[in-house]
Amino acid sequence: MADPMKIRAAMSGDKVEVKILMSHEMETGQRKDAKGAAIPAHFIQTVTATHNGKVVLSAEWGPAVSKNPFLAFKFGGGKPGEKVSVTWVDNKGDKRTDEATIS
Amino acid sequence: MNSSRRQVLQGTTGMAVMGMAAAAGLFKPGSAWAQAWNKAAFDTKTMADTVKAMGGSGASESKDIVINSPDIAENGAVVPFTISSKLPKTQQIALLVEKNPNSLVASFTIPEGTEAGVTTRAKMGQTSNVIALVKADGKFYYVSKEVKVTLGGCGG
Repeated sequence: MADPMKIRAAMSGDKVEVKILMSHEMETGQRKDAKGAAIPAHFIQTVTATHNGKVVLSAEWGPAVSKNPFLAFKFGGGKPGEKVSVTWVDNKGDKRTDEATIS
Repeated sequence: MNSSRRQVLQGTTGMAVMGMAAAAGLFKPGSAWAQAWNKAAFDTKTMADTVKAMGGSGASESKDIVINSPDIAENGAVVPFTISSKLPKTQQIALLVEKNPNSLVASFTIPEGTEAGVTTRAKMGQTSNVIALVKADGKFYYVSKEVKVTLGGCGG
């Protein structure tokens, strides 16, 4: 199981600014190891952020997103104390969900 | 960035695709897929093909899309990008790097109520045009800029 995400959700004016740092190797499948064998691709494919059960951002990623991906966005309608939940799923079927409280 | 390195990269693409297909076969129906991953779009090599894979027919240039990124990236493995769109009814924002083995980096679906702007970090194999593709009100728009890379992001 992958390490937890670091999620910050803070009010910025009337919007909620969400910053997410995920821990994932994001292996492209293009690289080779010391013996010349291809390193299999391993990367996050989908990311979904929800607030009060409503999806506020969904993303599809390819292997060209950087290692330990960072993602930031803003959405409206959130209040301090409410929770934002983020889930990612990678190409091997691993997934992880973490939550943060809006401050 | 010599030509033999290019060939090595291209030679491994097929294997990578097979690996992904094998991994995809492991999924049970109805498992964790909250949304489908548009494999066709991520296999494309040009913007025109990406637009087609996303269900569009073409894209027009728009000044209402802004790419915020360094003009020169010292480390191609981590190039920060902020893409924002002022187009009304922006539904989708995608980031493409023209000279990467597969051009589409990431695609974001923007529901109503969410600001049409995302920040993320991408890998770039070499100096290339970067394209922000936006779907707004059912139509595709784009803007592009060149980002110079002094150290590639694909090698190990």
